[in-house]
Amino acid sequence: MSTAVRDPAALPRLGWTLVVLVLLWPLLRLTDFHPAALFEAGNLTAMGNFLAGFLPPATAPDFLSLLGKATVETLAMATAGIALSILLAVPLGLVLTRSLSIARLGPGRRGWIGQSLRAVARALLAVLRGVPELVWALLFVRVFGLGAAAGVLALGITYGGMLGKVYGEILESTDARPARALLEAGSGRLAALCYGLLPNAASELVSYTVYRWECAVRASVVMGFVGAGGLGQLMDQSMKMLNGGEAASILVTFLVLVVAADGLSELLRRRLA
Amino acid sequence: MRAGVSFGGLLAVVLVVAAVAGSFAYLDMPLGALFTGTAAGEIADFVGRFFPPELGPDFLAKVGWAALETLAISLVSTVLAAVAGAVLALPAAGRHGVAGRVGARFVLNLLRSVPELVWATLMVLAAGLGPFAGTLALALHTTGVLGRLFAEALENTPPAPAEALAGSGAPSLAAFLYGTFPLVAAQWLAYALYRWEMNIRMAAILGFVGAGGLGALLYFSLSLFHEAEASTVILAMLAMAVVVDGVSAWLRRASA
Amino acid sequence: MGFSLEGVGLIHANGFRALRGIDLRIAPGERVALIGASGAGKTTLLRVLAASLRPGEGRVTLLDGEPWACAPAALRRLRARIGLVHQSPPIPPRQRVVTAVLAGRLGQWPLWKSLASLVLPVDPDGARAALARLDLAERLYDRCDRLSGGQLQRVALARVLYQQPDLLLADEPVSAMDPALSELTISLLNEEATRRGVTLVASLHAVDLALRHFPRVVGVKDGAILFDLPAAQVSDALLRELYAAEGGLPLAGGLRALEPAETAGELPPLRCA
Repeated sequence: MSTAVRDPAALPRLGWTLVVLVLLWPLLRLTDFHPAALFEAGNLTAMGNFLAGFLPPATAPDFLSLLGKATVETLAMATAGIALSILLAVPLGLVLTRSLSIARLGPGRRGWIGQSLRAVARALLAVLRGVPELVWALLFVRVFGLGAAAGVLALGITYGGMLGKVYGEILESTDARPARALLEAGSGRLAALCYGLLPNAASELVSYTVYRWECAVRASVVMGFVGAGGLGQLMDQSMKMLNGGEAASILVTFLVLVVAADGLSELLRRRLA
Repeated sequence: MRAGVSFGGLLAVVLVVAAVAGSFAYLDMPLGALFTGTAAGEIADFVGRFFPPELGPDFLAKVGWAALETLAISLVSTVLAAVAGAVLALPAAGRHGVAGRVGARFVLNLLRSVPELVWATLMVLAAGLGPFAGTLALALHTTGVLGRLFAEALENTPPAPAEALAGSGAPSLAAFLYGTFPLVAAQWLAYALYRWEMNIRMAAILGFVGAGGLGALLYFSLSLFHEAEASTVILAMLAMAVVVDGVSAWLRRASA
Repeated sequence: MGFSLEGVGLIHANGFRALRGIDLRIAPGERVALIGASGAGKTTLLRVLAASLRPGEGRVTLLDGEPWACAPAALRRLRARIGLVHQSPPIPPRQRVVTAVLAGRLGQWPLWKSLASLVLPVDPDGARAALARLDLAERLYDRCDRLSGGQLQRVALARVLYQQPDLLLADEPVSAMDPALSELTISLLNEEATRRGVTLVASLHAVDLALRHFPRVVGVKDGAILFDLPAAQVSDALLRELYAAEGGLPLAGGLRALEPAETAGELPPLRCA
């Protein structure tokens, strides 16, 4: 009787606890974890002075006009970036959609051209969205110089990759029967898309695009940190000059912008639903 | 397709087209120049300099170290954020009165609305250059995100098990850990893993503002026009993201 | 370790009057069954006895103290001495049986012990002993979502046995069990109460179980006490009045039904958690 069943979870738990403890130490070392640094006199005064500068926020007319311009630039960057990404995403997304494949209709030919085309499109989309938009922006700044153009292209490419994948998924998951009926009746792919798939998928496609636009607004705000224009660039400059008042104004603008984009996107999506 | 296009729909299309056209016009994009022969040649030249990637052992060691640092930043910040998010989620889900709920939600919204890069510039001021600043920045933003998600999960959890334990005299922390936590643990873990996947990507670029990791290496390489090195770093970023996605998916399956 | 209720009335937050003018005095060590139609107020009454619902009217005295006059810490200590078996077992599905049983003593353990037990169960033998009395010892390290409704109900019972309360309350503890198992379980509760000399109050849906196992039976109807008699004096007329709305006596069936001819087809629905 004394040989009662041992807890079967005891050993694994002990093992995992040990693994975590053993891993934790190098992780903390790697991140240079020293909370005390937050309370060092030098850092405290630097931070304190900076934060004290937040009040009052800068409201000089010159600065405000600069701020207004940067805000419009940020919004324009997001909008243009999304427009560009749609141009990229639509063809790639359509290539991914198997319900539009004519080769898959009958038995017989398996359509290896279509299959390899889809594989290429999928890989391309993965690379496009796999590299963060800020890295793309950093690269484009080297080619096109400082300014919003780099940001727009970066957004267009990363979001093109995301939209293309999701467009493909949405079209795949909508009822394929109307489109197949059209294709079997001999219509072209474009007609099958417009009359067979889009009626059912349109609202979801638009809704996701609007959501991505909201994300693009957030992303374009920070693009400026690598020199791609907009609010981020202004913020970066103010931070580097430790100008708390300006930083506070920018931060507030920025929060208002994000909340407004949030609200607008939610409103639009609710209307679409 | 619908039989007729409504006036509202038409207006929306016009507005969207106008916004896009206005955006391009305002930004003064050199789109035409993009497609001229010389520009295309320059771009091809620029892209060509990224190949082949730099694979010298010295540089690879450097990239490996930076990748480890990035991994550490993403992991530690996610764990910190999960703990802080859980602590804030309890009041945010209304477990400690209305005042606590409003206060905690305000804090979470503030943490979440400020992007990681802005937190990073602030933390570089507060903690000095280096990975610690990046860790704190990611942790602060992620706390906001996770705290909100955790609170939502808590609100959708049946209260009966914890209430039964409190009814037999258990202290509130014990009642929570025995009665509520097992109900939300899987969901919380899934959220934390999802944020970890995001954070590994973010940790890779925080270096742009001086917060350590692969980003710092990429920034230096590009500043010094060492494109071959930059392409190695970008490949490392991609590889890390793929690995973390795989590990996270495995952990999620194992915990389900 | 008895209790008394004087003129207790309670109106739920939704305006429903659950209890009215309840006078009930139960001496230490007594064993009492609560019977009545569903919705009569049995659960509410038990929750008042468990000091987890505060009645709007009247006076509650439990274990020689007034729970609602106590300081929070004292109320907590008082509750730790009361064990309530809930109708649907309040156990998280992903918890292991051993943890669910050990949770019975959270009110008595210091916090550090409760926390440690989450990692490694501190008293698996105690939990096993409690489960063994319910013939469930071999499921000690199983996860609760692998158990049937009846098994889960027995785990909840084991939790209360492990708690070793001075006041043992049970709210339809056998609703998900078959007749034979119900019989065994109710015997076990009575045996436990007798052996440790603690008070037992159980609400039961099956009248025959109540009459067979409990010396004293209280009939509850529409939130008030209809009768409060020794089991032998509960007449058919009283029972008929008690269950007038349900159109027949609910019995556990099996061993010795009261009026087999009349109620053969009216076994109570087995409520699964």
